[in-house]
Amino acid sequence: MDPARRLGPAQIGVLTQLVVATVLLGGIYALISVGLTLIFGIMRVVNFAHGEFLMLGMYLAFWAFVAFTADPYFVVVVAIPLFFVVGLVVYGLVMRGVIHASHNVQIFTTVGLSTVLQNVALVAWSGDFRYVRPWHLSTVLRAGSTIFNLTQVVASLIAVALTLTLVAFMKWTHAGRVMRATAQDRDAATLMGIDTDRVYRLTFAIGIAAVGAAGVLVAPLYSVYPTAGLQFVLLSYVVVVLGGLGDMLGAMIGSLIVAAVEVAGSYLFGAAWKEIFYFILFILVLGFRPAGLFGQRGAGTLGV
Amino acid sequence: MLRLEGIDAFYGDLQALAKVSLEVRDGEIVALVGANAAGKSTTLRVISGLVSPRRGRVLLDDADLGGVPAYQRVDRGIVQVPEGRRLFPFMTVAENLLLGAHAERARGDRDRTLAHVYELFPVLGERRTQLAGSLSGGEQQMCAIGRALMARPRILMLDEPTLGLAPVLVARIFETVRTINSQGVTVLLVEQNVRQALTLAHRACVLESGRLVLEGQARELLGDDRLKRAYLGL
Repeated sequence: MDPARRLGPAQIGVLTQLVVATVLLGGIYALISVGLTLIFGIMRVVNFAHGEFLMLGMYLAFWAFVAFTADPYFVVVVAIPLFFVVGLVVYGLVMRGVIHASHNVQIFTTVGLSTVLQNVALVAWSGDFRYVRPWHLSTVLRAGSTIFNLTQVVASLIAVALTLTLVAFMKWTHAGRVMRATAQDRDAATLMGIDTDRVYRLTFAIGIAAVGAAGVLVAPLYSVYPTAGLQFVLLSYVVVVLGGLGDMLGAMIGSLIVAAVEVAGSYLFGAAWKEIFYFILFILVLGFRPAGLFGQRGAGTLGV
Repeated sequence: MLRLEGIDAFYGDLQALAKVSLEVRDGEIVALVGANAAGKSTTLRVISGLVSPRRGRVLLDDADLGGVPAYQRVDRGIVQVPEGRRLFPFMTVAENLLLGAHAERARGDRDRTLAHVYELFPVLGERRTQLAGSLSGGEQQMCAIGRALMARPRILMLDEPTLGLAPVLVARIFETVRTINSQGVTVLLVEQNVRQALTLAHRACVLESGRLVLEGQARELLGDDRLKRAYLGL
């Protein structure tokens, strides 16, 4: 064996670094994926434009930084209500008409929305790669032999906090109960006096607010360009399928798994290979456990 | 209190109800009986707003409910326990019951109503943290009725509440319906147990292929020859 690969203090340091990197990355992936799985779980719509809302969040962070040198982590506070409203508007203009249509129609609609948003961004802001460079990007944190920059740590902490807030909201608030009830049986929910159209509108807006906030958070860590959402949305499909479609806690665990595969793959084989590994994982899950790693089919979907 | 006037309802091209007119008066138990596919469930769905009639009107206290969507009718006191119970299976008994009090008219009194429901069905109190999908059939029916009561209905519509239940539970459900009615809730009951339904109800309507063919005092219908031959197997 290559002496450099033998397990000594240096290798344990590397391992810790990889584990921490996984957790940090997983936290961000969780926030990206949880909106996707929420929208699917409640509305039964796969939002193919999910990544484009992430891209819009990145641009929001970029322009706020350019115009006001606003720190992305303060912009998040604005981004959540802003993207909530964007979600309401997009639901009213685009989604409401197709919410009861066939899956094909819904797929064409959200793919179309994705294309429109990408090209609007291209026309408005050009295809140039843009960068957000707040001061904390060059601030290094050390714990033992592991090293991270402050941006990554804070982004991940905020993402995890937002994700957990959303999970708690779904589980313990009346509005969350109403959303779950609508997912489980729409007619029965209507007979309880629940306005299900309003529930869908709210669900979509919450999902978009989550992914918009995630876009702001990741802006300093990745380059910003009109199709920046794609790289994230692909992996969030993997996350969501791993966790079980519609299962928010499953999505959090799925995020960690995808992050681990990405981190380990990048370390062992180079960053260019990372997608290969999580797509292999994706195919295996679809082949052997199509309801997700934890699923009885449908149960998780309808539970939270 | 509740009146249907000349209701025609369709599923696609298939006519489910033809010129159905009926009335439910304040404080009554009205039984709606008839064979399978006679239009009983459709009648309830028209009243609750899940199905829009092509012609005719639904009136509550003389107010036309035509433009009122289903979810708002709950707030006016029209509450339906759907056929097959339709609980939220992956939520607990308590969560199901609390969702019943979603309507504005019921929200303020939620905790008091909940205590009342647990009193009416002690078993629901014992199982409050259990998933509704894991209850037995009888318990699920009690949970469904309890959930409907949480909305503080003025008129409670029950669609086949005893379907698939053991005789002892059937008796229990009928007894409960009587209790609920005695507490001031008007009841519209769809039942296959025609004899028991007619014994319980004040009045009854008989549907046949989407038409109202017979209407009257339940006690008199119990002795009606046509009804006897058709539904009581005599």
